[in-house]
Amino acid sequence: MFKRAYFGLYLVIVVLAVLPFVVPNSFYLDLATRMAINAIIVLGLNLLIGFAGQISLGHAGFLGIGAYASAILPTHFGWHPLLAMGAGAALTGLLAAVLARPIFKLKGQYLAMATLGLGIIISIAVRNEADWTGGPDGMPVPAFGLLGFELSNDKQWYWVVAVLLAISTWATLNLIDSPFGRALRALHGSEVASSVVGVNVVRYKVAIFVLSAVFASLMGSVTAHYVGFVTPNLADFGHSIELVTMVVIGGMASVYGSLIGAVLLTALPQALATFEGWETVAFGAILMVCMIFLPKGLVPTLAARFGKGG
Amino acid sequence: MSLLDVKQLSIHFGGVKAVQEVSFSIDAGIVYSVIGPNGAGKTTLFNLITGVYKPTHGEICLDGESIVGKSPNELARRGMARTFQNLQVCMNMSALENVMVGAHLRLDRNLIKAALRLPSLARRDAELREEAAGLMRHVGLEQYIDARADSMPYGALKRLEIGRALAMKPRLIFLDEPAAGLNPKETIEVDELVRKIAASGITVVLVEHDMKMVMNLSDRILVLDYGKKLAEGTSEEVRRNPDVIAAYLGAHA
Ligand SMILES: Nc1ncnc2c1ncn2[C@@H]1O[C@H](COP(=O)(O)OP(=O)(O)OP(=O)(O)O)[C@@H](O)[C@H]1O
Ligand SMILES: [Mg+2]
Repeated sequence: MFKRAYFGLYLVIVVLAVLPFVVPNSFYLDLATRMAINAIIVLGLNLLIGFAGQISLGHAGFLGIGAYASAILPTHFGWHPLLAMGAGAALTGLLAAVLARPIFKLKGQYLAMATLGLGIIISIAVRNEADWTGGPDGMPVPAFGLLGFELSNDKQWYWVVAVLLAISTWATLNLIDSPFGRALRALHGSEVASSVVGVNVVRYKVAIFVLSAVFASLMGSVTAHYVGFVTPNLADFGHSIELVTMVVIGGMASVYGSLIGAVLLTALPQALATFEGWETVAFGAILMVCMIFLPKGLVPTLAARFGKGG
Repeated sequence: MSLLDVKQLSIHFGGVKAVQEVSFSIDAGIVYSVIGPNGAGKTTLFNLITGVYKPTHGEICLDGESIVGKSPNELARRGMARTFQNLQVCMNMSALENVMVGAHLRLDRNLIKAALRLPSLARRDAELREEAAGLMRHVGLEQYIDARADSMPYGALKRLEIGRALAMKPRLIFLDEPAAGLNPKETIEVDELVRKIAASGITVVLVEHDMKMVMNLSDRILVLDYGKKLAEGTSEEVRRNPDVIAAYLGAHA
């Protein structure tokens, strides 16, 4: 059953490899790059939400920490971008771990509230600390260079992100079909059953929360360098919801659903731009229709319809 | 020294005294049954011993060492396994994976190695798949080896829980009404399965309403009534105990 799951990975790799040669212009290459960045974040978030059954309404906050670490540390302190990215991820991991321990001893709704609160605090912090962050206007981010080579044009960025996405997809497929991944899915299925077979439920929830937060932070850094500019919107509540929506629309507990959700919801605002001012309404309407007719998300629903295990 | 010693164990839920001052010992290698009418506190007793509930007072010792306050996952490490009266099967996983989860503590659970799918880990997982399939055959679920858990009937899910518990390679297994809701044929199969488990050296603690099964299988029986110990002894002793006849068996006869 799981061998088949890897066929999708080859398809993903082929699509990623061919894409830059068939897209008509750099607008679409940019769109593809942003889709791939979101897909990586959503893979991590789906591990938390879909596979482990927990929720985070503040993931954009973690993304913001990564993005601003990559903006502030090289600009104000002259840090190497790679070091800044690592520091952002480490700070995110630490914060997520410290926050998660007490919360996971409680129940789901507290987690939703706490992550929501954290996201809002981070977003307010970057808005207010204008001396460091540029405030609501945001700030430029230095280019990302490594070993004297500078990532500058869109094609280079695309390839970097595409490789990261292929690796992330592969690693996620591996993870869910491992002892660690089974424990995660088991605690979603029954907490008491997983604890009596020896799963330390709190520790696993903390681990996956931290892992998904660190993923978001790293991709926040990548976004910052790729766009060359950060604004507080990155860390906003609305962005957190957008990420959760990608998980839900694509399909909870579905690796390929994560990718599809990210692709569709990154494209949707572009497609709706013609609605001039009504795009948010159209966006909401499409989500509602999806939730009514595809409550399990696109990929699991279609997989069930065509008789293939998702 | 017994494998498990329970002394003066009590738990109160607000005003409800679900288990009151219950004491007993279980020797290694036997089949020990706990019986009593509905609401007598049998499941609560299991929840106390396996760490799901913390007792209000009293003592529980495994190998002579107190285990009060230890979490279920710590007790799993010490060789305790259990099934649930109200099914606790992970419906988001396949039947086979449910059994594989039982082997959790025997596996390398490293996250990085898992994400990179190191060959050693992949090999171990393939072996485990075989082992779990073997266990499913052992508990009489060969036809469900490729099934999803949420497509299985009730009786099969009861046995799936036993398979998961056995995958832990426990020393001590608690079975909470394994034959409840099963037809007579399935009940006989579960009876045989419990015998096989006991014969393999695992100490069995059984809660069951099927009196024939209990009387035939058990080395010793504990009778609970309104959370209190009414009697304890061999099946013969319990059967002849006047209190038991009056309060329990009498009511059913
Ligand atoms: N978590 C709880 N909170 C409050 N009361 C509880 C709780 N768990 C059990 N009880 C109460 O404790 C008493 C014993 O319940 P328990 O489930 O242990 O009985 P039982 O002997 O297993 O019965 P049955 O044969 O019906 O399974 C009942 O009155 C029940 O309502
Ligand atoms: Mg019960």
